[in-house]
Amino acid sequence: MSADAPSRFAVLLDSDFVYSFRKSRVTLIATLVTVSIIMAALLAPWIAPHDPFDVATLSLLDSELPPAWAEGGDPHFLLGTDNQGRDVLSAILYGSRISLAVGFVSVFFALVAGVAVGLISGYFGGLVDAIFMRIADVMLSFPTILVALLVSGIVRGALPREMHENAALAVLVFAIAITTWVQYARTVRGSTMVERGQEYVLAARLVGRSSASIIFRHILPNVMGPVLVIATINLAMAILIEATLSFLGVGMPPTNPSLGTLIRVGNEYLFSGIWWVVIFPSLTLVVLVLAVNLMGDWLRDALNPKLR
Amino acid sequence: MRILTALGTALVVTALGTSGLAAKTLRMADSTDIAAMDPHSMTESNTIGFLNHVYEGLVRYNDELQVEPALAASWEFVDPTRVRFHLREGVTFHNGNPFTADDVVASINRAADDSSPVKSNLPGVASIEKVDDLTVDLVLKGTDPIVLNYLTNIYILDKEWMDKHDALLPSDIRAGKENHAVANSNGTGPFMLESRQPEAKTVLVANPNWWDTPKHNLSRIEFSPIASDATRIAALLSGELDFITPAPLQDIERINGSEGTSVIEGPELRTIMLGFNYGDTLHDSNLTDANPLQDLRVRQALNMAIDMDLIQKKVMRGKSRNAGLLVAPPVPGYDAALDERSPADPAAAKALLAEAGYPDGFEVGFDCPNDRYVNDEEICQAVTAMWARIGVKAALNAQTKSKHFEKVLAGTSDIYMVGWATLPMLDSYSVLSALLHTKSDRMGAWNPGGYSNPKIDELTDKVAVELDQAMRTAMMSEALGLAKDDVAIISLHQQPLAWAVRDGVNLKVTADNKPRLWYATVD
Amino acid sequence: MLAFIVRRLLQAVLVMLAVALIAFAMFRFVGDPVNSMLPEIATTEDRQALRAQLGLDEPIPTQFAKFIGGAVQGEFGISYRNKRPVSDLIVERLPATLELVFAAALFALLMGVPMGVYTALNRHGFVSNLLQIISLIGISVPTFVTGILLILIFSVWLNWLPSFGRGEVVQLGWWSTGLLTISGLKSLVLPSVMLGLFQVTLIMRLVRAEMLEVLRTDFIRFARARGLTDRAVHFGHALRNTLMPVITIAGLQLGSMIAFAIITETVFQWPGMGLLFIQAVSFADIPVMSAYLVLVALIFVVINMIVDLLYFVVDPRLSVGGDRA
Repeated sequence: MSADAPSRFAVLLDSDFVYSFRKSRVTLIATLVTVSIIMAALLAPWIAPHDPFDVATLSLLDSELPPAWAEGGDPHFLLGTDNQGRDVLSAILYGSRISLAVGFVSVFFALVAGVAVGLISGYFGGLVDAIFMRIADVMLSFPTILVALLVSGIVRGALPREMHENAALAVLVFAIAITTWVQYARTVRGSTMVERGQEYVLAARLVGRSSASIIFRHILPNVMGPVLVIATINLAMAILIEATLSFLGVGMPPTNPSLGTLIRVGNEYLFSGIWWVVIFPSLTLVVLVLAVNLMGDWLRDALNPKLR
Repeated sequence: MRILTALGTALVVTALGTSGLAAKTLRMADSTDIAAMDPHSMTESNTIGFLNHVYEGLVRYNDELQVEPALAASWEFVDPTRVRFHLREGVTFHNGNPFTADDVVASINRAADDSSPVKSNLPGVASIEKVDDLTVDLVLKGTDPIVLNYLTNIYILDKEWMDKHDALLPSDIRAGKENHAVANSNGTGPFMLESRQPEAKTVLVANPNWWDTPKHNLSRIEFSPIASDATRIAALLSGELDFITPAPLQDIERINGSEGTSVIEGPELRTIMLGFNYGDTLHDSNLTDANPLQDLRVRQALNMAIDMDLIQKKVMRGKSRNAGLLVAPPVPGYDAALDERSPADPAAAKALLAEAGYPDGFEVGFDCPNDRYVNDEEICQAVTAMWARIGVKAALNAQTKSKHFEKVLAGTSDIYMVGWATLPMLDSYSVLSALLHTKSDRMGAWNPGGYSNPKIDELTDKVAVELDQAMRTAMMSEALGLAKDDVAIISLHQQPLAWAVRDGVNLKVTADNKPRLWYATVD
Repeated sequence: MLAFIVRRLLQAVLVMLAVALIAFAMFRFVGDPVNSMLPEIATTEDRQALRAQLGLDEPIPTQFAKFIGGAVQGEFGISYRNKRPVSDLIVERLPATLELVFAAALFALLMGVPMGVYTALNRHGFVSNLLQIISLIGISVPTFVTGILLILIFSVWLNWLPSFGRGEVVQLGWWSTGLLTISGLKSLVLPSVMLGLFQVTLIMRLVRAEMLEVLRTDFIRFARARGLTDRAVHFGHALRNTLMPVITIAGLQLGSMIAFAIITETVFQWPGMGLLFIQAVSFADIPVMSAYLVLVALIFVVINMIVDLLYFVVDPRLSVGGDRA
């Protein structure tokens, strides 16, 4: 924190943070995997062999082809096709875009809102705390699935039709975020209440630090550990909830499938021998979730000053 | 202590349950539980079908879907609006009470009561009169050629039993209290209710005093609802079940390939179709001042663009029956000559669109259920792709059935999927009056798009009262032909019916999708 | 203490009112119940008549007032589909769901806590890393897929465990239990594993994270310095101090497990409240849906209060809501 330190970048390179990153091979691999899945998803329109959203190019004649290497496979469809003749590889690439967007955006909003509420609630207590926590109770009392149903109903009624397709994504993010921020809030609140009584906080108060400064500089870093645990798990959960929601018709439309939707649809074929429509999307999801979580683990340990 | 008593009871129950001599138990599962034991509480075909094992009507359908005598041994038309039923002698209810005319009068009045959810299934009945202990007269509002078909679905309860348990009227939801008949039963049917745990298990045992000669050899039926397709199949494959309905099409191969299980299948009565919005504007389109669906050429083009042969082969795995007409072959009014569905022709469809002034197509809303018909969502996706190829961009909205039908019936859908089995009438009049007749209070309940064709209306009104079967059938065929020429509604196919059984279970698939287990045998 | 409880109760009532309002608002979007209650051939006239009979044509404030009036007395009317009092249906299904949720929670704690402790104490061990990764894979697959896979393996292939239902149940008064019969216990295994799997991972990771933190604190160092054995330090001091957040999360998770039981119950045809609710959604059975929502909210509010009280009892430092500084 000293004023005459070398450049910030140099400090960063020299830090324990970067050191621990370099040291952990698992983290390195996990990061590479995550980054490549994100890149592949972002670049889907350029690298995917087909455009699964363009229904005019789908043909039932190509439906349920096995992967290219299996008997009866078609080299045009590396990982085979689904029951509509959609290329599974392309569907996974495009689907990952949607799943990642739902996951990251909803976790971001939920985390920011939840941590803020938790800090304020835990630090100030009293009436503010009571109000926030009762709102939290209300939110937690509703399964995400139902909130999504409600939100999507309102949205469909209120917005013009052209926006529905885009709205589906926003609805999902909103529904997941509004039901998950509470977890962050409750956890942070609990930790904050403990930290508030610690000597270092009292000391900071005595030297006249403002509440905001104490919260952000002292308490926040100390309560982030459990938050990151929840965040990494919730990223996976958001993607899975999105899959579950598609059961009720409030997930992504069938013509615009996410990774979760692909698994949901493929799941119906588990007994019928058309394994590739469920195995490949599931594998992608498992690898993605695993990589994100491993990164999260490392991040948590690296960011926690007490673990140094 | 209480726990011990309960344990003791459980042991006794278990012991009793397994001690049946040469017990032939059929363990079956359907995707939905029956709604209630009260036969006048719900008209869903799975509930009505299952309850037919416990309760019976004056007449019933046999396994060929022909009307045959049941609790009425015979009947005659005293005059065109009065049917006299001669009741079967020596029939007793499960509690031993004799079956008499009083029971029929009380039951029909119960079913036709204003608060009864099944009264729509008795539209033409004015009153019921007792003539003597074993004779009743059914008085009709007007001539009604298909009154017997309706009666197959109206079951008879014991008057004394209803009286005793304050169940002479069906459940009144507003009253807020449970009707005794909802969880208990006392019918005349081939099986008796032993126990029922809703959503878990309903057990029936054979009625030793049944009036008919049993063709079945079952002593016990254990019915469990299993909503998840995969779980239902797993339970059949693992030997926990003997009989499941329905079997998903994509799993037929697997079931047939597994040792000890096989699929039994047949065509269903239900015809799957696509209805249109005939209003002045579309609800979901880039066009704001016109409705291209009003143009016959556009409807023809949309119909022509759909390659039903491909859908039949790929989506339905060769199990469906493509339809050119809105009713299935067993339904009176069906005409084989009209049933031809011409092959898909995207080029001609595009030309027709251009002729109608839409060379580049247009956008349109398209609504589908995703849990109602066999592979409904998959069919709609395939159709969307086929329409995209002629430039019609359909915005597919597939959702759960309660939301889908709410939207359809509110008249806010442009193109919508609907299936029609003509049950319980088993007659084309069902399609004509509900789907094709101009909408009014009593007609066209399922014509939310506002289709109106005076010639069809005229024919429908005549069919309603015509007693001459031949003339009536000819008029129905004519009306269906008019609807076909007009592409009033696109007919797609009759969906397949697939049930699965363990080896040794002998049962025939009936086209109305109601298992009739009084015909079933277990080796 | 008493003042705290009273204040907390008042807040709970407000929460319940809000839940009721939201539950009520939701009904506008679930579909029209009339369609699934009448036969296909019902006329438009019949439909209107039934709508009036159900009171669906009344002004919305009137409908809400009636709903609250009934809900306060535990009366939610008659199920549109089953024609039985909703309160009876719920009471019948409650034991199934609670047994499932508690079995799953027990499974999660019994697996999660030891795994968490182990991975914290052997941070870089091979087994620890393996456990971490396996637990992650377990939650990376949607639960409905996990459920089907469990059925495929343990019912279809191995034929060890039943694939659906609760098995034989025994009535203890109004409570039906599957815990006293062999088939009931066997039926409980797969569903509770499916429902608990996610919680195992959550609890394991939470215990691990908290353990690691506590192990670095001064008081553990002092304990070591005092010459206590590793065993005493780990289990007597460290584990005990990690249990606070675990209690919080486990308590909070009970509520969400009841909600997630919807999916488990659907896959295994477990005759609990979740299955009742899902059926109600597909038939737009409004009285059942509203009762379910209000009950889940009530259970949650109660759990929340208990968790808060535990905080209060276990850790007086917190003095919940009492400090207005």
